[in-house]
Amino acid sequence: MTALAVLTGHYLRVSFGNKFSLVFSALQPFLYLVLFGPLFDRSGVGSWAVLVPGLLVQLGLTSAGMAGFTIVFDQRFGVLERLRVTPVSRVTLLLGRVLRDSVVLLVQATAIIVAAYALGLRAPVAGVLAALLLTTVLSVGMASLSYTAALTMRQELFAPVMSTVVVPLMLLSGALLPMSLAPAWLDVVSRLTPFRYAVEGLRALFAGSYASSALLWGVVVSLAFAVLGVTLGTRRFQRENA
Amino acid sequence: MIHARGLTKTFGPTEAVRGIDLDVSAGEIVGFLGPNGAGKTTTLRMLTTLLRPTSGTATVAGADLFADPAGVRRRIGYVAQGGAFAPFSPVGEELVLQARLYGMGRAQARERVTTLLAELDLPGVEERTSVSLSGGQKRRLDIAMGLLHRPELLFLDEPTTGLDPQSRANLWDHVRRLREQEGLTVFLTTHYLEEADALCDRILIIDHGRLVAQRTPDELKSEHGARTLDEVFLAVTGRELREGAAA
Ligand SMILES: Nc1ncnc2c1ncn2[C@@H]1O[C@H](COP(=O)(O)OP(=O)(O)OP(=O)(O)O)[C@@H](O)[C@H]1O
Ligand SMILES: [Mg+2]
Repeated sequence: MTALAVLTGHYLRVSFGNKFSLVFSALQPFLYLVLFGPLFDRSGVGSWAVLVPGLLVQLGLTSAGMAGFTIVFDQRFGVLERLRVTPVSRVTLLLGRVLRDSVVLLVQATAIIVAAYALGLRAPVAGVLAALLLTTVLSVGMASLSYTAALTMRQELFAPVMSTVVVPLMLLSGALLPMSLAPAWLDVVSRLTPFRYAVEGLRALFAGSYASSALLWGVVVSLAFAVLGVTLGTRRFQRENA
Repeated sequence: MIHARGLTKTFGPTEAVRGIDLDVSAGEIVGFLGPNGAGKTTTLRMLTTLLRPTSGTATVAGADLFADPAGVRRRIGYVAQGGAFAPFSPVGEELVLQARLYGMGRAQARERVTTLLAELDLPGVEERTSVSLSGGQKRRLDIAMGLLHRPELLFLDEPTTGLDPQSRANLWDHVRRLREQEGLTVFLTTHYLEEADALCDRILIIDHGRLVAQRTPDELKSEHGARTLDEVFLAVTGRELREGAAA
């Protein structure tokens, strides 16, 4: 436990010391908010309360989803090996990073939501706070899977592969336009990705429908996704050479 | 301190280590020599729990490599061949982090880092980043990293590569002192044969993944009628033969 606190604290100091990457990894959803949000709001498809939950999932993909980048560097410079030779448990080595990524994401998500309120978002505060929590759960899964991928594929492939994979995942989640508009086949494909359920769960929270099945599914799928991510990540960290 | 039997490691088609038996006693300084690609680093990474052996067994610092890897990790220090510092972080922070992962409190960790840096002739570099330091300074930092928690057994993979003669002599003194004062056991690889001669109680030579000689430096020299370890090295690793055949 103390090792986890030490490790997370160290990573947080490093991350918050690097303002550029803090802003950069949240830039895409922020640009969508400012440059696409006003159009969306007038399109008749939905209001800010429909778009912003989608942007939170997009943020998860661009911020926590790309977390694996940092471990590629650590591996190259021998930092990972040096951590692995300490008695700290392999789960802790993973969770130290993942907790940092979740805190970073929470700060970025808060900034986006505050900006959205300024632009005209109307949503109940309780629902929005619960949505932040759900986004954090999702980010645990995403960051863990990102590290697993980074340690499993060839180092030079991680960046191009991940930045490509993120695009269909985001489009299929219905983050930018609700999937209720989709033709049947697209709707089916979309239901095969976990982010679809997360987006709809978050939308339910922003709408204040706390008793909806959309919210229930969003919570269940996000939790399952986080457990799956951490399990795979732990396995990967326990194997040699991670 | 180290007892290994039949350690092997294969990477796909490459048999990097082909059945090594090792016994190192507490307080010994053992040199592990061999040509490039002989399997030195692979052996060290197996003994330090970083790489799972393909087969074989080992007890390292009293703990079983497979049953109790955390026990091994608690008692050993490892200085990797390629270094251990992120290029753009202040080196002091990384050292303090590492010390704390071995269970030291913040104040204790800071103090330990300051003392150790002074002992390795690097006083006051805490705020510098590793890219801003010279190769030899970086190497000494790597060594400091491995010594932070006062391990019983220290693995050094080419610790003096890139060090000037003065720093090298300084490191030898440091290692000898730790052995005398704290009973440290050292298992080190090197390509400097005069270093092995001057520092090590015993020398193991590995070639193509097999141990081909293991003696004291003097025994090795007299056995092969050689004046220097260089001559022994060339004789037992067959370099002379191969070059003779090629000529
Ligand atoms: N991760 C790996 N994947 C595939 N092959 C490897 C790997 N690590 C080492 N090898 C191979 O195993 C053999 C032994 O390598 P090792 O690094 O142990 O040699 P070494 O004795 O430390 O050499 P050097 O003096 O150059 O450091 C080499 O043929 C090397 O190419
Ligand atoms: Mg080597």
